[in-house]
Amino acid sequence: MAALLDVKNLGISFGGLRAVNGFDISIEKEELYGLIGPNGAGKTTVFNLLTGVYKPDSGKVLLDGQDITGKKTIDISKEGIARTFQNIRLFKQLSVLDNVKAGLHNKHHYSTAAGILRLPGFRRVEKEMDEKAMELLKVFDLEQEAHLTADNLPYGKQRRLEIARALATEPKLLLLDEPAAGMNPNETGELMDMIRFVRENFHMTILLIEHDMKLVSGICERLTVLNFGEVLAHGKTSDVLNDPQVITAYLGE
Amino acid sequence: MLKKLKTMKKTTRSNMITYGIVIAAFIILQTLTYTGNLSSLLQGLLVPLCTYVILAVSLNLVVGILGELSLGHAGFMCVGAFSSAFFSKCMRDVITVAPLRFFLALLIGIIVAAIFGIIIGIPVLRLKGDYLAIVTLAFGEIIKNLVNVLFIGVDSNGFHFSTKDIMDLNMEADGTVIVNGPQGITGTPKDSTFLIGTILVLITLFIVLNLINSRDGRAIMAIRDNRIAAESIGINVTKYKLMAFTVSAALAGAAGVLYSHNLSTLSANTNNFGYNMSISILVFVVLGGIGSIRGSMIAAVILTLLPELLRGYSFSDYRMLIYAIVLILMMLFNWAPKAIEWREKYLSFGKRKKEAVK
Repeated sequence: MAALLDVKNLGISFGGLRAVNGFDISIEKEELYGLIGPNGAGKTTVFNLLTGVYKPDSGKVLLDGQDITGKKTIDISKEGIARTFQNIRLFKQLSVLDNVKAGLHNKHHYSTAAGILRLPGFRRVEKEMDEKAMELLKVFDLEQEAHLTADNLPYGKQRRLEIARALATEPKLLLLDEPAAGMNPNETGELMDMIRFVRENFHMTILLIEHDMKLVSGICERLTVLNFGEVLAHGKTSDVLNDPQVITAYLGE
Repeated sequence: MLKKLKTMKKTTRSNMITYGIVIAAFIILQTLTYTGNLSSLLQGLLVPLCTYVILAVSLNLVVGILGELSLGHAGFMCVGAFSSAFFSKCMRDVITVAPLRFFLALLIGIIVAAIFGIIIGIPVLRLKGDYLAIVTLAFGEIIKNLVNVLFIGVDSNGFHFSTKDIMDLNMEADGTVIVNGPQGITGTPKDSTFLIGTILVLITLFIVLNLINSRDGRAIMAIRDNRIAAESIGINVTKYKLMAFTVSAALAGAAGVLYSHNLSTLSANTNNFGYNMSISILVFVVLGGIGSIRGSMIAAVILTLLPELLRGYSFSDYRMLIYAIVLILMMLFNWAPKAIEWREKYLSFGKRKKEAVK
């Protein structure tokens, strides 16, 4: 089976700084893949390259056999990559439900005129969107909070809402940028279950950045370690975590 | 009726109340006019009131819903006012049915303002925050000044344009001047009525409120709250920004049509189409609550009536002072942390409190 995501020799420079250099990764369908490395290694930059926030100055990105290198963010979203952010980026003043419905934007259509004139199409599609969004909220145990403003959610729930919103775009590949950051061990445990659940029930391929080694070793099947913008090691989680090079660069003796 | 109101969705109910306020205000004011209880000063204010309400509501679409500070709103009103007044003056003797003539003028005003909205929006919406405010301010002034040097006349050979003076038009002896530079357009038919104004207010509210509560409105608000996240879920930022800006400009154009057809002489100066006007509209929006459509509507009414009502009293010398004090107090009431705290504690309509209870 061909890989879902196939990245070859990806690189970008900011001025004189080579932030990411010769980055390769290959992720199979329905795989849970981890991207780890010390602070400033370029992990989030890789996410930004994959989602079109930055344009790579070298390399190729293939998603499901399609070349998506250098495409715009909205086009990459339509091709099927969704992401969450390291510093949560919710639509703060919108309700929890509307946050997810915004994620459904490109999957459910009606014209502007239908929206303003409240034509039948408007009611039907809005109802579909409501049902779909509530389903997703249920998965993330947020249906009680559906009508709260996103800003008023506690931190852990905001992180979950961000994942729900990303899933609403029906992606092929889900990128999670430090999903467990700022969570206590309990919340991290719940999050791990949730990520596994998403993978199994949505048949989702997930690439995640994480510093919490318990989470990484607990759910990731394979890892890539990034250091100073270059791949230091990659392979099965247990092998990579025992690699002496990785231990000196990142985990510490 | 009340029972039905209760079973409706929260946003729908809130919208119905907004329409209800407009209709109730219309009925009360009309009754007062017919029974002779409304002073001629106030009667003269009715159409301008509708104009300001439309302007405030439409600007709130850009400032409150899209989250960009635009200081050129009066410019779009100016474009709508002049293009429609030009049309009405030319057609004065051709189309004698006033409502039909006004309807066509309205269409022209809206379309021209929308076109300007697109032309100005494309470059301006690449900017953010203060820069966008400054550039829109400049555009508003440019439009006003362009209108001031515009001379258009018509004779048997057709239209003549100039940016110098009337002599430069080189018209035949039978020619008439339509747009006379700084003197503007005189003799526009007075087709605006309070009824038409109220209908336009209702249509504006209908368009803005329904746009906000739809897929497009959600996209616009998503961009306001977080542009990067909106892009990441596939929302076309440029498209929706331009949509909000253009709809807002078109509605301001409609306000301009209403305004110009209420005056026999239309000329562009700082107070009606310039900087002062743009700021006044912004004040309506800020005082009424950014993003609150009903609030900006009410603020527009109060702030237009207040200086006029104070005019008659012995303290008329101080009316601008009182106006300013009311502004400051309202700002404090709306935004000061202590005031918000107090409001949440003692007034049941505090927004956050409601959410907490639920």
